[in-house]
Amino acid sequence: MASLQSNFLGIKSPNPFWLASAPPTDKEYNVRRAFEAGWGGVVWKTLGSEGPPIVNVNGPRYGAIWGADRRLLGLNNIELITDRPLEINLREIKAVKRDYPDRAVVASLMVPCEEGAWKAILPLVEETGADGVELNFGCPHGMAERGMGSAVGQVPEYVEMVTRWVKETTRMPCIVKLTPNISDICQPAHAALKGGADAVSLINTITSVTGVDLDLMAPTPTIDGKGTHGGYCGPAVKPIALNMVAQIARNPITRDIPISGIGGVTNWRDAAEFMALGAGNVQVCTAAMTYGFKIVQEMISGLSEWMDEKQYTSIDQFIGGAVPNVTDWQYLNLNHVTKARINQDDCIKCGRCYAACEDTSHQAISITPDRIFEVKDDECVACNLCVNVCPVEGCITMETLPVGAMDERTGIPVSAEHGDWTTHPNNPSAQAAE
Amino acid sequence: MSQLNQGSGVVSARLQANEYKDNFLDLHPPLDPHEALVAADRCYFCYEAPCVTSCPTDIDIPLFIRQIATGTPEASAKTILAQNILGGMCARVCPTETLCEEACVREIAEGKPVDIGRLQRFATDTLMQTGEHPFVRQAETGKTVAVVGAGPAGLACAHRLAMHGHAVRISDANLKAGGLNEFGIAAYKSTNEFAASEVDWLLKIGGIELDLGKTLGKDIYLEGLLEDFDAVFLGMGLGGVNELGLSGEEKDHVIDAVSFIHDLRQTKDLSTLPVGRHVVVIGGGMTAVDAAVQSKLLGAQNVHLVYRRGRERMNASKYEQDIAASRGVNIITNAEPTRIIGNGAVQEIEFSYTVDGLLGLQRTDDTFRLKADQVFKAIGQSLTGVPSLLKIDGRKIAVSENGKTSHAKIWAGGDCASHGDDLTVTAVAEGRDAAEDIHRTLMA
Repeated sequence: MASLQSNFLGIKSPNPFWLASAPPTDKEYNVRRAFEAGWGGVVWKTLGSEGPPIVNVNGPRYGAIWGADRRLLGLNNIELITDRPLEINLREIKAVKRDYPDRAVVASLMVPCEEGAWKAILPLVEETGADGVELNFGCPHGMAERGMGSAVGQVPEYVEMVTRWVKETTRMPCIVKLTPNISDICQPAHAALKGGADAVSLINTITSVTGVDLDLMAPTPTIDGKGTHGGYCGPAVKPIALNMVAQIARNPITRDIPISGIGGVTNWRDAAEFMALGAGNVQVCTAAMTYGFKIVQEMISGLSEWMDEKQYTSIDQFIGGAVPNVTDWQYLNLNHVTKARINQDDCIKCGRCYAACEDTSHQAISITPDRIFEVKDDECVACNLCVNVCPVEGCITMETLPVGAMDERTGIPVSAEHGDWTTHPNNPSAQAAE
Repeated sequence: MSQLNQGSGVVSARLQANEYKDNFLDLHPPLDPHEALVAADRCYFCYEAPCVTSCPTDIDIPLFIRQIATGTPEASAKTILAQNILGGMCARVCPTETLCEEACVREIAEGKPVDIGRLQRFATDTLMQTGEHPFVRQAETGKTVAVVGAGPAGLACAHRLAMHGHAVRISDANLKAGGLNEFGIAAYKSTNEFAASEVDWLLKIGGIELDLGKTLGKDIYLEGLLEDFDAVFLGMGLGGVNELGLSGEEKDHVIDAVSFIHDLRQTKDLSTLPVGRHVVVIGGGMTAVDAAVQSKLLGAQNVHLVYRRGRERMNASKYEQDIAASRGVNIITNAEPTRIIGNGAVQEIEFSYTVDGLLGLQRTDDTFRLKADQVFKAIGQSLTGVPSLLKIDGRKIAVSENGKTSHAKIWAGGDCASHGDDLTVTAVAEGRDAAEDIHRTLMA
């Protein structure tokens, strides 16, 4: 069986599955249960400065959207950082790390954007024996109004400055957690790098309003008739997170910074995808909050089985494996021609491909009176919509036309040459082919 | 079920009082709101959906299911009822396994169709429980239509005509409206007086007068109706029950299944309803299955359903046959009764096995006897008292498109007419379509 042993910034854990800084890691009791269930590490729920702890609303804190059978697809929260006294959290971190020396315990921190505040808390964390710190520059709700969380993460200069303070003060590895609520994720990642960060973790939650209560005429979750934006997470945000991870992993300036991947990781496959795009490990929250800590067992067995199948013996062998294949649109091969193919044996004759293509796409699927659906090659642009709306997995596939075959839509035979936008005659700034 | 009274003969109170209640519970308990959402989510919203094509009333099934899935069951019910005003009853009694659910692409894909029947019931029950009637009667047209028969065809026709603003009078031989919905459906398919409450709800459209206890040819006459009304719709049921034509058929406790089911539906306390210890039902349709299953549920010890042809020829669907089998009914096929034996009351029936070949159905010399203290005949019903001024097709009123008869002012639909299956849903479609045709004709 493949080894899932993970070494992220020198922080070792038996597997690359960590629990993200969030409600599941708010106290010793939960974290012990998580470690008993098999989680490789935790990022302790964000600690604030000494003094009176922050307060939370007295419910509701979460909102959700659901798919079929009330499967939770997206979760929104307006919970703030830990509302328990700093000294209790520190004492518990120390106790847990002492009892689980093989697991990763990282403390998430968010204190006011002042040098003194950061320099005050770091020795206290160091004293617990924690493996590292994660700087929470991500939370988009509540704390941001007070100049913390995403209010810092949205200003690359602040990210760099605070990271530098931290690195000047502590020997602990420093992970900077990034907010996705910005235009270009590489900017704060670069800032973290300049400040001396050992890694970035992303994404934090996305600013969101879950829904509107149409009786109250108020956003949900609603507190006494009012609502505010929260932070969105769960399976629905995974594609956004994957893109941001990939952007950092392939950017020439940021590509060497280690990444802890976060955002909708629900099963082993999600984790493998984040890691293929360059994440050294993953952090999970919503899936655990939905199903409990036991899901890590499926993640462990699933990743391990897949690695065996692919003959990977350690996770380093596939981390970043897909990064070279992430490119810009302009470099995609326009001479690559595919056509949709409907497998008549698998077709259940629902006609969704037909409705989608006829109403909203290219009128490239025909229907007979006895409901045989076929692709019209002279119309099919291979958009893949029929594949996406077909309820039977594998029934409609995209077939690549071999070199020399006629593309009936364009009347041009498939070329063996790579041809992309940079050299396309329609491109006013096309460069001459070399 | 434990037999309280195991004695022979046709006796009542074979079961403990509470067992009757349990045995006659809803065959398909209604979906709760969460179950309905889960079931609705399985619908693929097919293009020109095969389920709709298979529905005799052309209900837009994908649309009504999507309306359930999006939390608007009352809008869903309107989608259903706009096509089929008896959508509530049809949700209970339609053989969906041979109609919409058989055509469902998920039946083809995975052998498990979307639960269309129960979703329809969820939507229609939700709306009907509000007590509100979702349709509005148009302004009075001053035209009048007589409807004969207050069954599914007549009710559907009357409702549609009333909606268009015509004044309708429905006559029925029975003292209760509903037709087979009220008198002919197995009790566990229509619980809690649903048929009667559906009629009350339907009549809320206004403009419909009920004239009960009036038999055509006895109390009312077609000639009179033609004089008094602008149009007539005939939606009578089949009053006659086919005979076996056997020696001994007159013996006690050899009765027709239709009247057994009729009595059962109208009996408030089922423990008072007598049933045999050894029951034999002859026939292969839904009526035969309903009689056999309900005999068993009333506490009969042995129930045999005997059909003269092969199982594949039975009118009762595979699903109905399975219901019978699961309730302990023994189904014997390829056997025809030849003699009813008994001294005053029936004691035994003799059967010959049959061969259904090129020469048609042939009896063989191979015979057997079944013990029977009650025999139900369920080999079909026939139309009686067809008005002489109408053309006949076979044994029914000849109709063309939209239920037009040979008389310009008379339409017909449902079991008395020559078209279509003998299903509730088909009768509703025929009544509705005839109403539209009558409306067009009257307003032309």
